[in-house]
Amino acid sequence: MDLSYGDAAEAFRKDVRTFLKANWMPQSVEKADMKAYIAAFRKQATEAGYLYRAIPKAWGGSEQAPDVIKAQVIREEFGRARAPMEVPGNGMNMLVPTLLERGTDEQKALFIPKTMSGDYIWGQGYSEPGTGSDLASVRTRAELVGDKWIINGQKIWTSQGGKATHMFALVRTESDAGKHDGISYLLIDLDQPGVSRKPIRQMTGESGFYEFFFDDAETPASWIVGERGQGWNVSRTTLKHERASIGSAAMLGNQFQKLVELAGEMTRNGQSAIKDPEVRQALTRIEGWVMAHRYSSYRIMSSAIHDEEAGIISMMMKLLLTEIGHDIALAAQDLIDDEGLIEPEPAGTRGRGPEKWLDQIMGSLGNSIAGGTTNIQRNIIGERGLDLPRDLAMERGQ
Amino acid sequence: MRFHLDSDQTAIQDVVHGAVSSVLTRDKLHVFIDGNDDFEPDSWQAVCELEMAGLMLPEDQGGSGLGLVEAALVIESIGKAGAPGPFIGQLLTAIALSETDNDTARSAWLKRVASGEAVATFAFGGDWLPTGWTVSVEDGKASGEVRFVPSASAAKVFLTGTEGGGLALVEASNAVSVTPLKSTDRSRPASTVSFEEATAHELFPPGDDGVQRIFDAALVLLAADALGGAQYCLDLSVEYAKERKQFGQPIGRFQALKHQLSTMALNVEPARALVWYAAHAWDMKQEDAPRSAALAKAHLCDRFVEVARDAIAAHGGIGYTWEYGLNIWFRRSVFDRVVLGSPAVHRARAADLAGW
Repeated sequence: MDLSYGDAAEAFRKDVRTFLKANWMPQSVEKADMKAYIAAFRKQATEAGYLYRAIPKAWGGSEQAPDVIKAQVIREEFGRARAPMEVPGNGMNMLVPTLLERGTDEQKALFIPKTMSGDYIWGQGYSEPGTGSDLASVRTRAELVGDKWIINGQKIWTSQGGKATHMFALVRTESDAGKHDGISYLLIDLDQPGVSRKPIRQMTGESGFYEFFFDDAETPASWIVGERGQGWNVSRTTLKHERASIGSAAMLGNQFQKLVELAGEMTRNGQSAIKDPEVRQALTRIEGWVMAHRYSSYRIMSSAIHDEEAGIISMMMKLLLTEIGHDIALAAQDLIDDEGLIEPEPAGTRGRGPEKWLDQIMGSLGNSIAGGTTNIQRNIIGERGLDLPRDLAMERGQ
Repeated sequence: MRFHLDSDQTAIQDVVHGAVSSVLTRDKLHVFIDGNDDFEPDSWQAVCELEMAGLMLPEDQGGSGLGLVEAALVIESIGKAGAPGPFIGQLLTAIALSETDNDTARSAWLKRVASGEAVATFAFGGDWLPTGWTVSVEDGKASGEVRFVPSASAAKVFLTGTEGGGLALVEASNAVSVTPLKSTDRSRPASTVSFEEATAHELFPPGDDGVQRIFDAALVLLAADALGGAQYCLDLSVEYAKERKQFGQPIGRFQALKHQLSTMALNVEPARALVWYAAHAWDMKQEDAPRSAALAKAHLCDRFVEVARDAIAAHGGIGYTWEYGLNIWFRRSVFDRVVLGSPAVHRARAADLAGW
């Protein structure tokens, strides 16, 4: 076993640091110029081969050979310098990989550079009211009339929905085909009279998601990715390029560290809560799980580096993260005690007290639902990981 | 970077698993369970013939120069097989003899222990932690009583915890008496051992850094045994869920059971990397090694108890029978949980070690 990244990676780290020192100097930039400065910085970082590594040069990327360790070093060093990485969001995470695998050259040229620059912000149009985990039951319809698709229906749970300029959506185009074979993957410009949107207020009081309504909305005939009826398949395209990451382990580690700090700040039985034997048991019990998660992440990353499959553990990481998040939430709720009776001011407001943990306490519930519910995760582990027989209804595709 | 098993490491597991399962059939394990012996020579011999007891010794001491990571893989396979041992004691004694400054003890016993010629077990007792050890050693003579010593009647030497937190190697003789206990864990029956001025070699004086190191290795190995046992409980349950039919279909198709089995897997598989890390930190003599060993011991032993319970529930009635044998692993989970200190004890230590 060897947890070091190796000499080559450390030499590479030096290069990245030198680059950042020379090119990322936000303190010297006026607030009004920041946006342009960041855009210019991303361009330089791409030319240096640090960003947009999976994207061919023809579409504005840096086209680097996959290297999981280099990708990790870049994340660490950019993180340390608080330098911006690639434009975040569904566009880079989901649409661009799909276009690279399945898109036409026209689509790549039209969408990839503008997504990379942040000009196009993409909403995901998969879920609909009533579809839930049974995603393939989408009812939003599109009909080809002349050289346009005419779209009618409704999408829900679109993150970044307030800012989104475009949407990649699963819509039913083949009314006489089967459940999965009737779906196509369409790209839609959201700035048109046929599209309206409405924020969804979450249990936290904030609105991170939107609902979209399509009323004879239009999109060009050529804005379909893959063939008609292949949308289900297209939506399952994933990019293997440098995918293994220990990012969530670092995030969880920070969260646990903050929990330990919280225990140091709160009091229990007249002393610092962290001196309380019950609290010490609760924290170290969670820490066992946090360590199991962290080193499993390293295990998966190591497998990716050596081009091997990590197996069942890779199907567990989302559920594991969710469950540990719940444990942390419960421990935090216990620690903040009656401070939790105060509704926290929005994140980013100055002077928030221990009640700010309510963000995590409630937010952890979102993780049980988003990106495949906890019950669906358990199905995946059972059926794909343990090779248990599939549910009969699922097998019939109903 | 490399943080998953390489082919040599998986080969160790395969070889140990193969060797043990070829001699220790399920029938034979049941005969052992129902008998009164505290030592099963065939499986013990099979493992020792693979030179597993000395695998951590440097090559100039006749070992394979491997680390605690590999030793943990061996013990994981042992835990999976439910084999009696005393494998953890054998490995620990070999490490202690290899790392001690006591040349007399080393030249007299290291080869014999590493080769498997002499059975070695550990006798810690007290409240398990070095601070609670009670056997006194004076002028090469050990006196005192230790409870819960596995395979004591077969042992030629006892790696013994001494007063104030030292380690000594006590030789079996007329000055050592062994009184079997009626043990919960039938696969590793334990005894009370009394030393009355028995011949002893001081390996590490009380408070020596070497003591904590051997104790940490013991924690990691016990965690590895729990990992193997938990994995076996999961494997058996999954297999059963695919075969057993109710309402005209395999019960593993029912979502309720599927989710229970997924939860069991979630208890086992992520914990594997924790054992690897604790062993790796020990091998690298990292500062966080003692704390990682404590957290791994606590976490894995909790997981094993949980998975063993879930396995019996997942099986239904047959899991509750003596004959089916799941109770062998349930009982092993009881042993792993308390021996060397319960999860709560090690979590309290981990909190102390963090300086909280």
